[in-house]
Amino acid sequence: MEDIKLMKGNEAIAYAAIRYGTDGYFGYPITPQSEIMETLMAEMPWETTGMVVLQAESEVAAINMVYGGAASGKRVMTSSSSPGISLKLEGISYIAGAELPCLIVNVMRGGPGLGTIQPSQADYFQTVKGGGHGDYRLITLAPYSVQEMADFVALGFDLAFKYSNPAMILADGIIGQMMEKVVLPPYRQRKTEADIRQESPWAVQGKLQDRKVNVITSLELDPAIMEENNNRFQAKYRKIEETEVRCEEFQCKDAEYLLVAFGSSARICQKAVELAREEGIRLGLLRPITLWPFPKKTIEAYGAQAKGMLSVELNAGQMVEDVRLAVNGQTKVEHFGRLGGVVFTPDEIIAALKEKLLKP
Amino acid sequence: MKQEIIIAGFGGQGVLSMGKILAYSGLMEGIEVSWMPSYGPEQRGGTANVTVILSDKPISSPILNTYDIAIILNQPSLDKFESKVKPGGILIYDGYGIHTKIMRTDIHAYRVDAMDAATEMKNKKAFNMLILGGLLKVAPIVKLENVLLGLKKSLPERHHKLIPMNEAAIKKGMEIIREI
Repeated sequence: MEDIKLMKGNEAIAYAAIRYGTDGYFGYPITPQSEIMETLMAEMPWETTGMVVLQAESEVAAINMVYGGAASGKRVMTSSSSPGISLKLEGISYIAGAELPCLIVNVMRGGPGLGTIQPSQADYFQTVKGGGHGDYRLITLAPYSVQEMADFVALGFDLAFKYSNPAMILADGIIGQMMEKVVLPPYRQRKTEADIRQESPWAVQGKLQDRKVNVITSLELDPAIMEENNNRFQAKYRKIEETEVRCEEFQCKDAEYLLVAFGSSARICQKAVELAREEGIRLGLLRPITLWPFPKKTIEAYGAQAKGMLSVELNAGQMVEDVRLAVNGQTKVEHFGRLGGVVFTPDEIIAALKEKLLKP
Repeated sequence: MKQEIIIAGFGGQGVLSMGKILAYSGLMEGIEVSWMPSYGPEQRGGTANVTVILSDKPISSPILNTYDIAIILNQPSLDKFESKVKPGGILIYDGYGIHTKIMRTDIHAYRVDAMDAATEMKNKKAFNMLILGGLLKVAPIVKLENVLLGLKKSLPERHHKLIPMNEAAIKKGMEIIREI
């Protein structure tokens, strides 16, 4: 029988990272994600798998340690919460510009500024529309259960290495702090230097006699070459948009109205769908799992048949812009949110649906 | 079977750990569980609460409007959650922490004088297990054997010697709960 455990989402990230064969975690504590590093420190994987766990002196130091580790072809990661991610953005842009794979976890809290420590989804724009400078994209996974917190560590790393691009797990205080049943993934071996050399020939591995020196940088002084680099990034991004979209549908087939929600909001929306259907409202839920690449085509297709869509987010209206772009005027798209760390209840969602879409 | 439970009181009363033991008991029972704490600064004195859901089907929202069972350990929590118990639902409170009468007449209200019993047992830490015992008496949502297994799972091994005391407190709680 599979070993079922009960744990917090943050703890699941830590255990999954060890089991994935991650080489290094570099972080700085911040609520509501501190259990990630706490669990890693308690498990002491440096004595078993050899994984490095290091509390850096700051978020900026941590992301630059990730930059260095990624340049050497290692499986490296960091985690933080909203204000800490803001500090990491310069490094994230450099990592994207140097085309390096790594995993970043953001367990979002209420902002702006130092804000609150309660759950929020107000970093959607920051994550999928840049955040750092330059034309780069982050592969963004939005877990909605503790199980997905565990599973997306491997998925995030696999996608990051497949495309040589940073990947982010965009969670929030609810998914980080709640406990649920989880089946942890099996152990994988950490990569050897020989494995890295074969799978990541671009990696810097010290002075090797039989090949030219690898140089990792995001700097290019010649704009013509920098444009070529950018064109290469964009071609990669288009390919990711073609092949890596993930989206889940709940009771959408016969739905007259649709909720669109990601992460913890999608969980609360599932309950709203149950309650609405008890009232005879044919409501469904579309859950983008990848926020970038965004499930444009699925949402566009449902836009043609739904009487209206409500984008339900713990923010002032961010993903709703992408929903509107995808729907392109085919149906009415409204937003409902709570701000600053306040979480909506299922009945508030139904009230908003009635107010914004069902009222004649 | 689905039980949506809120446990609310002061930080330090064992609210979160009682929820954790319930959740682990559900795990032992082989059903679906979710445990969602309030993790704000209110843990340092105001109200701390945890939502525990036990269900034989997958659980959707970990955050709820209304509850089948409310376990209320202080006055601010009663003020906040009395109105959120579903009609026909259960409200269990500690007599020591509550000063006002229960106003709802469409729910089953029970009182456990757990603070007094814990003092009598000369063990303040038995407080939350006395309440849990009361809950299991009026709503046997998980078997006692699974609660004990859950305790074993949720407590670090060095505290396993405390399990018999916890079991005694649970049984005492079952005896002293009374309907209001």
